[in-house]
Amino acid sequence: MLSRVFAVTGQEIRIGLRNRWILLSALILAAFSLALALLGSAPAGTLGVDRMTITVASLATLSVYLVPLIALLLAFDAVSGEIDRGTLLLIFSCPISRGEFLAGKALGHLFVLSLALVVGYGATAALLFALGSGSAQSLMDFARLVATSALLGFAFLTLGYLLSALSRQTSTAAALAIGVWLVMVVLYDLALLGILVADTSNTFAGMVLPWAILANPADAFRLFNLAALGASDLVGGMAGISDTLPFPPEAALLSLLVFAAVMLTLATAIVRRLTP
Amino acid sequence: MNEKPLSLQAVVKTFADLRAVDEVGFDLEPGERVALAGHNGAGKTTLLKMILGLLRPDGGSISVLGAPPGSAAARAATAYLPEAVAFHKALTGEEVMRFFARLKGEDPTKALALLERVGLAEARRRRVGAYSKGMRQRLGLAQALIGRPRLVLLDEPTSGLDPISRQQFYEIIEEIAATGSTILLSSHALTEIEARTDRIVILSRGRLVANGTLAELRQNARLPIRLKVQGSTETAEEIATRLGGCRINGRSVELFCEPNDKVARLADIAALGSLVRDVDVTPPSLDDIYRHFSGADKTRASSC
Repeated sequence: MLSRVFAVTGQEIRIGLRNRWILLSALILAAFSLALALLGSAPAGTLGVDRMTITVASLATLSVYLVPLIALLLAFDAVSGEIDRGTLLLIFSCPISRGEFLAGKALGHLFVLSLALVVGYGATAALLFALGSGSAQSLMDFARLVATSALLGFAFLTLGYLLSALSRQTSTAAALAIGVWLVMVVLYDLALLGILVADTSNTFAGMVLPWAILANPADAFRLFNLAALGASDLVGGMAGISDTLPFPPEAALLSLLVFAAVMLTLATAIVRRLTP
Repeated sequence: MNEKPLSLQAVVKTFADLRAVDEVGFDLEPGERVALAGHNGAGKTTLLKMILGLLRPDGGSISVLGAPPGSAAARAATAYLPEAVAFHKALTGEEVMRFFARLKGEDPTKALALLERVGLAEARRRRVGAYSKGMRQRLGLAQALIGRPRLVLLDEPTSGLDPISRQQFYEIIEEIAATGSTILLSSHALTEIEARTDRIVILSRGRLVANGTLAELRQNARLPIRLKVQGSTETAEEIATRLGGCRINGRSVELFCEPNDKVARLADIAALGSLVRDVDVTPPSLDDIYRHFSGADKTRASSC
């Protein structure tokens, strides 16, 4: 069973390396993170905080936008692309179960994404450390950022599989993926802010908002990372609420895992029913 | 005890209001090469998908080597080549073979030897994106041969191939059948499967309309044999009146006869002596037989 899962995983990693997906994602992540690290944190010295920790806080916000996009772009043709090429028919006529197939894809894509994150953010961390602006603690912050970014990516990978299995056509799946990214990463926050401003009774801020943040993996990711950095004072904004939450910040990580598990289960159920 | 490579009984599949497969039943014997013929949309691919367990029949039963279709035992013993499969362009032929060998639980190194068998040994390290259509199809066949499957299903394997590639394709298929594997290949190009298969199953609008060897189909169809008698401009009229045929193109007379009457009619023609310059005898072609069984036979009017 595992050998079949790993066959699919290996195939995805090979394709990721071959068509330069990993290289491109790593370059984008490195370019943005270096820009943030070298330019964005220049005035931070006066705060007396480690420059690298500031960078990690900025990168957490960067990850919220970039990582879901990279994950969705990796995942959107996982099922529909194989249908278009006719290979899904062939794969499903082999002794591999539909669950094994999706698990293999997910593992492969997670590896591709993690490699890009390690290389991309790692380049920035290495540079800052070499410049003497980091400590062992800030390296840990970097490691946590990379690991939780991978988890965030995984949540969006599984969402991508669900879209891919639902649409069955690569072009539709691509459009859906971009739409979902826009809604979950950009519009969701705007809507929350809008309601927050309009709501004068404060019931929304107390009762609904924390759970609304928990429900969206992008927000849950940001919440956890900023809380873990103790950086809410540095960055402000939405992170400020982490002190008044009705749950510990670790619940946000759990929410990411639950989100991924639910999406993967739904995607598997749909792929099981699908006739290639 | 039902160990036939494939056994279908009254299989039905309905899509919305379309009866795609309608009470189809036939058996395959070990080592047989059987052609599944039918026009586009006759239900060939639907039938193959049901045999693979990818579609569930609405009625009837299918058994693959005694196991239900789609079961682990059936999938392990079956290989499939879909119509117009396109492997990922970025992968090499070798990588595709290794991948499918792993999926089928076979030794990847052994699978690579199959590339040689289909004539892709030199292209094994090249990317599939750079392959010609014939090479891609041969890679598909090589993939289907991994692990010596006992039942090989090929969906339109030769469509779009040039004549030489086709010939090579059928030679490989012949070799596999010789090792005891059963082959079911679908096609709508009847002339090319004539000498390449042991039996022909014809589907028309989802129904099985014929099942037998070519000779049997010929006999059952009882299609007339066409005799073309060539005389000259002066004698054609006389030939036509004495034989009862139709004049065509001024010098020739065309007549049709039942297979049993062929010799008698030839004797009649010989009796005309010097009036006749030449005689062509044309048995019904495969396409004629196919048209006959698929109910599209609207030609062959008996009068002139």
